[in-house]
Amino acid sequence: MSDDTSAAGSTGALRRTLNLARPDEIYNAIVDAHKDLDDAQCRALDARLILLLANHVGDEAAIREALAAARQSLAEGGA
Amino acid sequence: MSSYTYRHYSYRRPAELDGKAERRPVVIVGAGMAGPTLALSLAQRGVPSVILDEDDTVSLGSRSICQAKHSLEIWDRFGIASRMVEKGITWEQGEVYLGDKPIYRFNLQPEPGQKFPAFVNLQQYYVEEYLFERCLAEPAIDLRFRNKVVAVTPQSDGVTVEVETPDGRYALEADWLVACDGVRSPVRHMLGLPYPGEVFHDQFLIADIRLLSELPKERRFWFYPPFHPTNSVLLHRQADNILRVDFQLGRDADAEAEKKPENVDCRLRQMFGPEARWEHEWTSVYTFTCRMMERFLHGRVIFAGDAAHVVSPFGARGGNGAIADVDNLAWKLALVLEKAAPERLLESYCSERRAASRENILNSTRSTDFITPKFPASRAFRDATLALARDFPFARALINSGRLSVPTLHESGLDTPDGDSDPDANWRRGPAPGRAMIDAPLDGERGPWLVDRIGPDFSLLTFAERDFEFGSLPQRLTGIRVSTEGLARQRYDAQPGTTYLIRPDRYIAARWRRYDPAAIAAALRRATGNG
Repeated sequence: MSDDTSAAGSTGALRRTLNLARPDEIYNAIVDAHKDLDDAQCRALDARLILLLANHVGDEAAIREALAAARQSLAEGGA
Repeated sequence: MSSYTYRHYSYRRPAELDGKAERRPVVIVGAGMAGPTLALSLAQRGVPSVILDEDDTVSLGSRSICQAKHSLEIWDRFGIASRMVEKGITWEQGEVYLGDKPIYRFNLQPEPGQKFPAFVNLQQYYVEEYLFERCLAEPAIDLRFRNKVVAVTPQSDGVTVEVETPDGRYALEADWLVACDGVRSPVRHMLGLPYPGEVFHDQFLIADIRLLSELPKERRFWFYPPFHPTNSVLLHRQADNILRVDFQLGRDADAEAEKKPENVDCRLRQMFGPEARWEHEWTSVYTFTCRMMERFLHGRVIFAGDAAHVVSPFGARGGNGAIADVDNLAWKLALVLEKAAPERLLESYCSERRAASRENILNSTRSTDFITPKFPASRAFRDATLALARDFPFARALINSGRLSVPTLHESGLDTPDGDSDPDANWRRGPAPGRAMIDAPLDGERGPWLVDRIGPDFSLLTFAERDFEFGSLPQRLTGIRVSTEGLARQRYDAQPGTTYLIRPDRYIAARWRRYDPAAIAAALRRATGNG
């Protein structure tokens, strides 16, 4: 387990600690949005969702760091 | 197989069989955890009851093992909670593993300094044994074993039940019938009432074993462990050095084959290694349902516990939810029987506990969906959460291996909301109306405890100096003065004069910054349905 500042490749722009007041509500809202969609529709939904949220976040450094972290987690076999 | 000796409690020939019939204020069907707890709560308020149970012993198997703080506080009033704590395993922390790596720890008692821990693990048969003993010693409780309810006939102002015994049948008349007769509730079936909900198809294997080595004390949960790589495993320690291992088997597992001792042993061998030795206590393969009745009140028949609502086991919300039901019901039923409250007060039992059940079902369904994702995208998000958890603390908080039972917030017409009678009150924290009270030590770190001061009536908690006088309080209201120093003051955001009205089930009904007898009397009327 690492704390908030340690992970490799971090520029510190991306928040790593919890920022949601009601995490279970948000998690389940995201998952439930995919109900009854096939794989292609899920990808299309996620693309829209990511673009909407990226625009809302606005911080380019944070977005780039999130992209790198997601990619790195995939490469480590955490699919 | 079991190290627990199941005692058979004696059947006594009911007086009704010899023509001595007497109408009872309350008849309770089912001697599990809820029925005897209700009977003891009613007895403390001077209401006698009869409990009818078709069997003559305690729960077969360990079943509901995680006894929450809120339940222990209730049982403490009958003097049996310390026995449960001594016998059981106290735990407050849990650990979640991904593969063989720990990724997340949680503490369920973030505020220490309370009489009871977040959880004590104790097998249901011990809880029932202690409750039965206490009921059998209580003159106001008539606990009848091998008395099976075979017919229920609702009347306009009561209920008639037909009971079958080894000596024949008899009829019993009651003002109120409370069905605490479990998920398959015979009473519910006899009245033809539906039990809508959701059926889950994933199968789980419970293996209770006595492991002859050092045991972990905390709750452990594994996603994809090396010893069961395709699914999850949950581990709980119980009294008598018994471990509960709960293997997720998936939808297509062959339950009969999985239950065979050699197959269970093979799984356990992979988990505990070649050197470990164990003895089997109890094995069970289960699936579960989440269901809730539309109404818990049907004329003079009241449903509580698993008979009224049932959840998946993730979160320890079944047994503890049942105990919260009867704690909510007991004081209201006692007031109605005494004619100190109108019958419609019981409608609040239905609305408050249905809201709590909805929350329990929501939480346990979310945990179930996380542990056993139902569609590919759900699994993708679950696995992404687990993968990110190592480096990202936020993802650890999203891991849902069970959100453990805490008292639920209710919105009730019985409560006086903040500011109704005190618009200038400025509350920064402390339990608001609708929340459960919080325990605190009253003098030093080891008690006496605030929960010890709460009796079977309403309580008025006032933070004040020693010379404070409550004056004449309304009936059924007990004044408790608390020092303006110490932990209780912090937990209740108190200033001198701060006053909380606490219901008999230890929920907050109202609170004020000033001691205002007229506002207190109005809130008490409202909280008892007399408003």
